[in-house]
Amino acid sequence: MSTEVLPGRSSSLGDAENWLALGTGVLLLLVGASRRRSLIGACLAASSAPLLYRGVTGRWPQVIDGHLQPDSTRSALSGARGIHVRESIRLELPIGDVYRFWRRLENLPRFMTHLDRVTESGDGRSHWVTSGAAGLAVEWDAEIINEVENKVLAWRSLPGSEVVSAGSVNFEPARGGRSTQLSVHLQYAPPAGKAGALMASLFGREPSQTVREDLRNFKQLLEAGEIPRATVTA
Amino acid sequence: MRAVCWEGKEKIKVETVPDPVILNPRDAIIKVTTSAICGSDLHLYDGFIPTMQKGDVLGHEFMGEVVEVGKENTRLKIGDRVVVPFTIACGRCYFCKEQLWSLCDNSNPNAWMAEKLYGYSASGLFGYSHMYGGYPGGQAEYARVPFADIGPLKVPDALTDEQVLFLSDIFPTGYMAADNCQIKPGDTVAVWGCGPVGQFAIKSAYLLGAEHVIAIDRFAERLDLAASQGGAQTLNYEQVDVLEALREMTGGQGPDACIDAVGLEAHGTTLDAWYDRAKTSMFLATDRSHALRQAISACRKGGTVSIPGVYGGWLDKFPLGAAFAKGLTLKMGQTHMHKYMPILLERIERGEIDPSFIITHRIDLEDAPGMYRTFRDKDDSCIKVVMKPGARGRSSERTTSTDH
Repeated sequence: MSTEVLPGRSSSLGDAENWLALGTGVLLLLVGASRRRSLIGACLAASSAPLLYRGVTGRWPQVIDGHLQPDSTRSALSGARGIHVRESIRLELPIGDVYRFWRRLENLPRFMTHLDRVTESGDGRSHWVTSGAAGLAVEWDAEIINEVENKVLAWRSLPGSEVVSAGSVNFEPARGGRSTQLSVHLQYAPPAGKAGALMASLFGREPSQTVREDLRNFKQLLEAGEIPRATVTA
Repeated sequence: MRAVCWEGKEKIKVETVPDPVILNPRDAIIKVTTSAICGSDLHLYDGFIPTMQKGDVLGHEFMGEVVEVGKENTRLKIGDRVVVPFTIACGRCYFCKEQLWSLCDNSNPNAWMAEKLYGYSASGLFGYSHMYGGYPGGQAEYARVPFADIGPLKVPDALTDEQVLFLSDIFPTGYMAADNCQIKPGDTVAVWGCGPVGQFAIKSAYLLGAEHVIAIDRFAERLDLAASQGGAQTLNYEQVDVLEALREMTGGQGPDACIDAVGLEAHGTTLDAWYDRAKTSMFLATDRSHALRQAISACRKGGTVSIPGVYGGWLDKFPLGAAFAKGLTLKMGQTHMHKYMPILLERIERGEIDPSFIITHRIDLEDAPGMYRTFRDKDDSCIKVVMKPGARGRSSERTTSTDH
C-alpha cells in the first residue's frame, strides 16, 4: 500500500490534530489489515487513507472532506453547489487488473465516450481533452490527490482550469474476492460559460446515466475484451 | 444481400441491405445456409414487442458456414459449419460463468433500454428489437455473429441442416423448459401449446424421465403431432374443460409440472381469455396470459410452473394467490443456449431425437413475408417454416469487401 503525499499548504490546525489523525489512521489500517479478505477489513483499511493523509500532510484530502482549495474547486464544488454523481459496477476480474487499467489514465478515453485523450506527465498531473470539433473541445489539467493501490484513486482539476471537477474511484473486492466492485464519485461545477455548457451537454439531464454507460463500457472492455456493437454506426 | 426486414406491424418485406462486416475482434460472418421463422417472431409480426424499428433484419434461428472471422477469434475457421445460438453471450461475465448465458452482462449495446423497462438487461438477441441490442438477424444471406468464439456450435457433416438447425433456439428452449421442471421418475407433465417449443418440451420431458406428458392445444394437426411424434396424451381446450380433465387424469392431484409454451398471445375460450383480448386490443394491457393462469391453477401443490413462452410487459389478473397458496416454483426466462447446445447435439448424434420432425414448410427466403401470415394464422397446417436463401437460384453475391 502506498500513499502519495502531495506538497501541502501550511495547515491552520495544530500538531495535535495531525497526530490524532495519524494515530487513528494507523489504528484503522492495522485493524483493517488484520481482517484480511473481509469487506469490513477492506473498508476499515480504505478509511484509514484520509486520516493517514491528514496526519502526514496536515490537511485533509480535498475530495473526501469536501473542502477544496478556496481559489478553485472549493467554491465551485462544496456543499450543495457542486453536482455529484455516484455509480458503481462489478467486474469478474481480480482487483489488481481493474485498478491497473484505470490507474493508467490514458486508458480512460477507451471507455469514456466523451473523452478524447488524457496525457499523464508523470508527477501525478494529467491533461484532459474532451472529444468535439476544433474549438469545441475543452481541455483542463488535473492532479491526483489520493492514491492507494487497489483501493482508491482521487483527482481534482487544477486551479485555473476551464472545467472544475473532482472525482474518486474506490476499488473493493466482492463475492469473496472473485469479483471487484468499483465505485465512482464525481463532482463538477454547475453549468457556466463554454465549459459549463459542454459539461451539461456531456452529462445531459441525467449525469448518472452517462457515468453508468461509461462504467458499463469499462466492464465490457475489461471482461469481454470489446464493447458490443450492433451496427456500423452505433 | 437479401434479408427479411420488419417494416411495421404485419408488414414484412425482403429487401436488399448492406452485407454485414466484422465490427469487433471476436466476431464472425456466417453465410446462412438454413434459417427458420420462430413462433416468437410472430410476436414481432403482431407488434407486441416494443423498440422495433423499420428495416430491422429479422431472424434468430439460423446456421451456416463461416466466411470471415475477427482477429481475436481463434476458435472458428473459414469453412466451419456452425449453428448459431439466438442469445448472444460474452462467456466471461458473472452470468456466463454461472451458466446463465441468456443473462449475459456484456452483449447488449442498448442495455439502458432494457434497464428502464426491467431494471436490469438480459443478453442481446439476434433480430429481436433494439431493447435486446438491435442486432440484425439471420433471415438473410449473411449474418454477423458477435462473440463467435464462444457461441456458434460446430456440427458434424453427417447431420443435415434440418437435423441441427433447431439447436439454434427451439430444441434447447423446449429442453430447458422440461429441465426446469426438475422431473422425477413417475412425474406427469402438462404442456400448454403444441407449437414447435411445445413439441420439443414434450419430447424433452420424456427424455428427462417423465412418465406421462399431457399436451394442450386446439389445432388438430398440432395435437396429432404431439401424440404421434411426442407420445403425449392430448387435450383440445375447445372441446374439454382442461382443469377438470387434468384433475381427473392425475387422480385429483394435478400435474407435477406445467409448461406454458404459449406466451403472451394466448388464446382461450374462458371469460378471462376474452377479457385479455379486449384489454390488449384497446392497449389497456400488454400481454394475454390465459395459458399461464390455467397452468398455475392446474399445477399440483408444491409443483413447478415452467415458462418458455415469451412475456414482454405487465400481466393482468395474475393468480399469484394460487401460486403462493400451493407453494409453486416458477421458472422462466430466455434459454441458456450455450449450456444446452452441446448436450443436445450429442443426443441428436446418438439418434435419441431427430428435430426435423416438426418441419411442415420449406421455402425460399424471398417467400418469407407471406409465410409469416400463414404461420401466424396456422393456415395450411403450418407448424414450422424453414427457409434457404437462394433456394430458387438467385442468391446475390456478397458485395462488400472483407478488409476494413
